[in-house]
Amino acid sequence: MTRRNDPIEALIALMARLPGLGPRSARRVVLYLIRKRAQVLRPLAEAMMAVSESARECLNCGNVGTSDICEICEDTRRANGILCVVEEVSDLWAMERAGVFKGRYHVLGGTLSALEGVGPEDLRIPGLINRLETEEITEVILALNATIDGQTTAHYIADQLPGQVTVTTLAQGVPIGGELDYLDDGTISAALNARKTF
Amino acid sequence: MASKMRGAVDLASHDLASCLRPANSRAMEWRDTGILLSTRKHGETSVILEVFTPDHGRHLGVMKGGTSRKMVPHLQPGAQLDLRWSARLEEHMGAFRAEPERARAHLAMANRLMLSGLNAVLALLSFSLPEREPHVPLYRRSESLLDLMGQPDLWPLAYLRWEMSLLEDLGFALDLASCAVTGGTEDLIYVSPKTGRAVSRSGAGDWAPRLLPLPPVLLGQGEASNTEIVQALGTTGHFFEHHLAPNLGDDPVPEARARFIDQLSRRAE
Repeated sequence: MTRRNDPIEALIALMARLPGLGPRSARRVVLYLIRKRAQVLRPLAEAMMAVSESARECLNCGNVGTSDICEICEDTRRANGILCVVEEVSDLWAMERAGVFKGRYHVLGGTLSALEGVGPEDLRIPGLINRLETEEITEVILALNATIDGQTTAHYIADQLPGQVTVTTLAQGVPIGGELDYLDDGTISAALNARKTF
Repeated sequence: MASKMRGAVDLASHDLASCLRPANSRAMEWRDTGILLSTRKHGETSVILEVFTPDHGRHLGVMKGGTSRKMVPHLQPGAQLDLRWSARLEEHMGAFRAEPERARAHLAMANRLMLSGLNAVLALLSFSLPEREPHVPLYRRSESLLDLMGQPDLWPLAYLRWEMSLLEDLGFALDLASCAVTGGTEDLIYVSPKTGRAVSRSGAGDWAPRLLPLPPVLLGQGEASNTEIVQALGTTGHFFEHHLAPNLGDDPVPEARARFIDQLSRRAE
């Protein structure tokens, strides 16, 4: 039944390569799009075309936007001397969702990994050091994942930073809505060590 | 004709039986404890676990659901896991089911030296051990070393002893009991870079500049300061770089080892 040059089959095959979708769910999505051609399919195609032509990495911080310098880097209200270092753009967007951090970001593009052979030269660490000098940064928040690779990277960066910059990291402990019974030993231990006066 | 037919039927039934049964008598399932060396994402929800077990050595397998929020905290490198492995055929990668026994990542993350040490241990095990070959004494030493992670003062010496046992287990043991030249047991201060045997001051003669240092800590003597341990790791490092690594292929010794020694050197200064 499948025809090699059929655009619908081609679309299904492409959709099936997206995260979270397989061949069956891709077929379902494509059928839905065809049924909602005017309301969803055409606007989606136009939006995807626009993004494919305009999306690029910010030359300053590594965020993804539609211009060479992203909105966050251009926002003068954010120039407060605090830089938050994250692993990936998705982490930056997660921080922005919370809406509590009003400083600027620096996206490393990954973490050091001994087993996968990712070294400092593969990450945006030199760019980070440059920014400290040019943007008069006084505090660097290392908002890296609480994993072995994330923390190895955090320690490496902390070693590279000049002494006059304050280096902080995110706290580790019980998540909002978390039940102790379901927490792993490491989280409970970290939470207990970081307990505070109530 | 009938016998030919019967033979064909027998052959067919034999083939069918061999398809349904494992090709040999070895079990395609096992349960063991193990140290998690690494995880690699496999598809969207699965991970490939690389573990070091006492009875099955370094072993890989797929774990479904390994990227779930519930499992990720338990699948941090260095964790002790209760593992069940199964596969249809022995040569298949197979699938793991894992339950956490005890976590170690939080101990490592709290201390820069411990973190680099954990990375060095896991990277060296992953680099040097062949797959599916039991190394029981080395496993026991590795587990003991990792269980010391909460004690940063004891750890560097324990790490040095562990490196020596790793070399020994892989056939590159240092023989430091007596001088390779004179046979004496006094004043041993060098190691031969070729044989790994101790050499005394008198035995070294003009060759002394070409020999590796033998700090007392390698002989189990002295105060075992961090400076001495760093020097001893320089000597063991020679055997990793020039003897072990070339035997394993073209890859260099993992960078994680150098990072740990760098951290230890800073502490020694």
